[in-house]
Amino acid sequence: MTAPAHEQGGPLISVEHLTMRFGGLVAIDDVSFSGDNSEITAIIGPNGAGKTTVFNCLTGFYKPTVGRLTLNHPAKGELLLERMEGYQIPAHADVARTFQNIRLFPAMSVLENLILAQHNELMRASGFSVAGLLGMRRYHDAEQKAVERARYWLDRTGLTTRADWDAGNLPYGDQRRLEIARAMCIRPVLLCLDEPAAGLNPKESAELNELLRYIRDEHQIGLLLIEHDMSVVMEISDRIIVLDYGRKIAAGTPDEIKDNPDVIRAYLGETEEEALPEVVAQDLEHPVS
Amino acid sequence: MEYFIQQLINGMTLGMIYGLIAIGYTMVYGIIGMINFAHGEIFMIGAFVSIITFLMLGILGVGWMPLAVLIVMIVTMLLTSVYGWALERVAYRPLRNSPRLAALITAIGMSIFLQNYVQLLQGARIKPLQPVIAGGFRFMQESDFVVTLSYLQVFIILLTLILMAVFTLVINKTALGRAQRACQQDLGMAALIGINVDRTISLTFVLGAAMAAVAGLMFLMNYGVIDFYIGFLAGIKAFTAAVLGGIGSLPGAMLGGLLIGLIEGFWSAYFTVEYKDVAAFSILVLVLIFRPTGLLGKPDIEKV
Amino acid sequence: MATPSSEQLKMQPLDLPALFKEAGYVAVVVLGLTIGLVGFKTEDVPGGLDIVTRFGQVILATVVAFAGRVGFILLRERRFIPVLIGAGAFSAAMLVLLIGNIVDADQGVGRFLPFESLVVNWLIMLFALVLAGRAAWLWSHTRRSQFVVDREAAMDRFSARVQQGAKFFGPLMLGVAIILPFLPVADRRLLDIAILVVTYIMLGWGLNIVVGLAGLLDLGYVAFYAVGAYSYALLATYLDLGFWTCLPFAGIMAAFAGIVLGFPVLRLRGDYLAIVTLGFGEMVRVILLNWYEFTKGPDGISGIPRPTFFGLPLVRSPPEGTESFHEFFGLTYSPLDRIIFLYYLILAMALVTNFFTLRIRKLPVGRAWEALREDETACRSIGINPRNTKLTAFAIGAMFGGFGGSFFATRQGFISPESFTFIESAIILAIVVLGGFGSQIGVVLAAILLIGLPEFFRELQQYRMLAFGAAMVTIMVWRPSGLLAHREPTIRLYPHGPPKEEGQS
Repeated sequence: MTAPAHEQGGPLISVEHLTMRFGGLVAIDDVSFSGDNSEITAIIGPNGAGKTTVFNCLTGFYKPTVGRLTLNHPAKGELLLERMEGYQIPAHADVARTFQNIRLFPAMSVLENLILAQHNELMRASGFSVAGLLGMRRYHDAEQKAVERARYWLDRTGLTTRADWDAGNLPYGDQRRLEIARAMCIRPVLLCLDEPAAGLNPKESAELNELLRYIRDEHQIGLLLIEHDMSVVMEISDRIIVLDYGRKIAAGTPDEIKDNPDVIRAYLGETEEEALPEVVAQDLEHPVS
Repeated sequence: MEYFIQQLINGMTLGMIYGLIAIGYTMVYGIIGMINFAHGEIFMIGAFVSIITFLMLGILGVGWMPLAVLIVMIVTMLLTSVYGWALERVAYRPLRNSPRLAALITAIGMSIFLQNYVQLLQGARIKPLQPVIAGGFRFMQESDFVVTLSYLQVFIILLTLILMAVFTLVINKTALGRAQRACQQDLGMAALIGINVDRTISLTFVLGAAMAAVAGLMFLMNYGVIDFYIGFLAGIKAFTAAVLGGIGSLPGAMLGGLLIGLIEGFWSAYFTVEYKDVAAFSILVLVLIFRPTGLLGKPDIEKV
Repeated sequence: MATPSSEQLKMQPLDLPALFKEAGYVAVVVLGLTIGLVGFKTEDVPGGLDIVTRFGQVILATVVAFAGRVGFILLRERRFIPVLIGAGAFSAAMLVLLIGNIVDADQGVGRFLPFESLVVNWLIMLFALVLAGRAAWLWSHTRRSQFVVDREAAMDRFSARVQQGAKFFGPLMLGVAIILPFLPVADRRLLDIAILVVTYIMLGWGLNIVVGLAGLLDLGYVAFYAVGAYSYALLATYLDLGFWTCLPFAGIMAAFAGIVLGFPVLRLRGDYLAIVTLGFGEMVRVILLNWYEFTKGPDGISGIPRPTFFGLPLVRSPPEGTESFHEFFGLTYSPLDRIIFLYYLILAMALVTNFFTLRIRKLPVGRAWEALREDETACRSIGINPRNTKLTAFAIGAMFGGFGGSFFATRQGFISPESFTFIESAIILAIVVLGGFGSQIGVVLAAILLIGLPEFFRELQQYRMLAFGAAMVTIMVWRPSGLLAHREPTIRLYPHGPPKEEGQS
């Protein structure tokens, strides 16, 4: 079930028997998978398969009905994500995420967006505002460091010259990259990306692949990726998990998934011939002029 | 026991009035997702139009009471609806796609405006009206405490029930009701399939205002005095009723109104009348904290 | 850039029936609005009510609405000259009548003013003037686009310029504020008004933290003001403590009240939160009104001690064994001393509030407040604790409200629940809204406009709240972010302007 066991404990993130119900609706039904350091694990599946719900459980927006979400943090040991409050997951467990429909702070500048991601650190440095209000050196230095880190990610995402723009005024592709940069500024051990390539043109998609590979290889963190764009998924993922109607129907390397009959069926469905109702048949014969 | 029954009757009457106002809150919330804070003032305007019409009828010499009440009701509903319509058109329509806070601030501004508009035009003094419907049934004559169910209370309760029935029919059976429910689900989509969204929303405000107008009339007849400030408290209590019943739900609004009326009645009777408003606010806070969807509301799942 | 110029927009022939239909529609609505409440006035007479009719006013209002709408339609159809002539002539005629009325109220041409209320006459005149002005403007700038986006951008530029300007005329205004008591015009009345205005500026700045920065619509701000006032009044009268001892305590009490209220309700959605804070404000007032043993209920608390100048009372004859302010400094006693002292006191408190706000905006908490206003979900996803962050905003806003309240108590010497109604919250909110959320200079201008002006022109007093309401609506419809709202980033990578953008990535 789980990925090859490491010497020290299990994989970076392991999801076991995750189930999520909304009233009578079962959005996720007993899904288990795992993801590892320096690996990109893609979660794919048709619309409504429950992919985003998995992310919402992982990042604390929903409390799972059943299931265990273990993060094997390199520095902090085992953490049970389902027991943490929403904001603590990024703050304490260092799990970052992006959103399907980009969620930046649109009226704030690009740089501010990145500084905000380092909030907790800066908050401590500012002595919970007291030192900051008194204008102490300590806070000033910490802020400088935060700007340095922000600048590094601005460089990586090609946004440096637009650092002082309002985030809401950036073009769409830039906003996507900024959201990733913001997530990286919390210095995560696990990054969850919800359809990062949605709405990007092929060139931007290729750049995104480049960026994600860079994050994986240089920063050696785990990435979870929800994506519909197969050119992204097949090219950069190390492993793929396929969901359909809330169930895991397949898992494996991109090559294994490509030829899996269950996956093909889930995506294409079965075709059936059906007689057209009379009204519709008439509509087809006499199109509206 | 007798005292209890009397409070039950009084509380129910009050609850009917709150329920009628609450319908306006709940419908507007259902359709455009904003709190029409100025709705209480629409109620107050209804009460003022009623008192003016009553006085005019008195001057014109319309003495037969049922006819007088009917005329007053029609005139009040008509003229107050214009306010409801204008309110939406002037203050809310331009803000339909703005942040919620902007719309709420507009609503508060409108509420302040209408209050002072009526105060300037009609004066700040309390306006009294002679009882229109007098007399009533008396029960339990033999005990120390005689329970009275006045004809007025019967009238209020019956009229509310009739209005509610008509209203439910409108929402469930007519094209307007269908359009309204469609807009509740998705404004953009409703527009795409050819529903005149602007008109539907306008009509929602008109209907809500008409209900509030009747509530104003009932309030006037029940208490016999009004002033330009009555809309504020009644508005908050009716809003509490709408939230308690589950905002967006019509039966919920009526149920909530009834509960608030009863709570207020019993609270004043058994505890302290001074703190009855505090009781209403406390309920609002408690409901919002522990059951934000109210009694009959649908859960609201956060989309991320 | 890509906006179509007027040359491209062909002039359509006027559709007169449609025009009259549209204007007639508006006229009918105005008739419906005015016939009931304007057409009939209830008059108190012995033994009940009587009715006075004012149908003339109703017809006039309907006609004016019709004409005004026709003017708007003509503007929309780009027929500028008839509007310019019509509205111009009308406003000129009204102006003549209004001036005639000022010169001789009873005999002159002023008698022919259409509306009973002078203010309405002025408004109609101004409205026609604006219409004419707009026609002239559009006529001379036919290429000028009328698109909302452009207007928004133009307003933002204007607000930015005002904020830039504030760097220059802010200190200037401060200078004027500091020397104000020693200017020859400074009499008792002016100083009283100035104290009032500065009090509202301080309250506006305090509320701006909650509403402008954190985006939490607090409709019960007056509750914290009341808590501050009563904390001071009760401590001073029961325990015999001085103003300076009580001031921090009053602030803490108010902040505590903010936390007590905030803790359960801050997870509510924005508009629910607003209503709950409103309810809280009323609850505090009702409790103050009815808890007679403690607060003396509607009778209020009197004999609240005046503040002292570092222990030196500002009175003519101090109590035995103490020295008064004028004796200590060897000055002759002037009753104005106390007023001037109060003025400086509130000015200092307001400046502290301002300094605090400007400073905290650039700190992590301040940024987190603004981020919370932008998107709470995103905040959670980067590890900001929404509840604590909101609580700090609420508590700090409340604290400044509490400080303001203690000042109010010590200035008045008497407080009662009547001073702490919802209207008070609404006024403070109107100042923040009018000034533009988060705009410090906007609050100053709005407070001068909304508080100072009606104090000077007493006739406007009865229209004040009406105007507040109308202003809130108009501004939100026109510019939902607030009139002078413009946001400067709290930190820049390039403080001296961005570098030239090299070949785009």
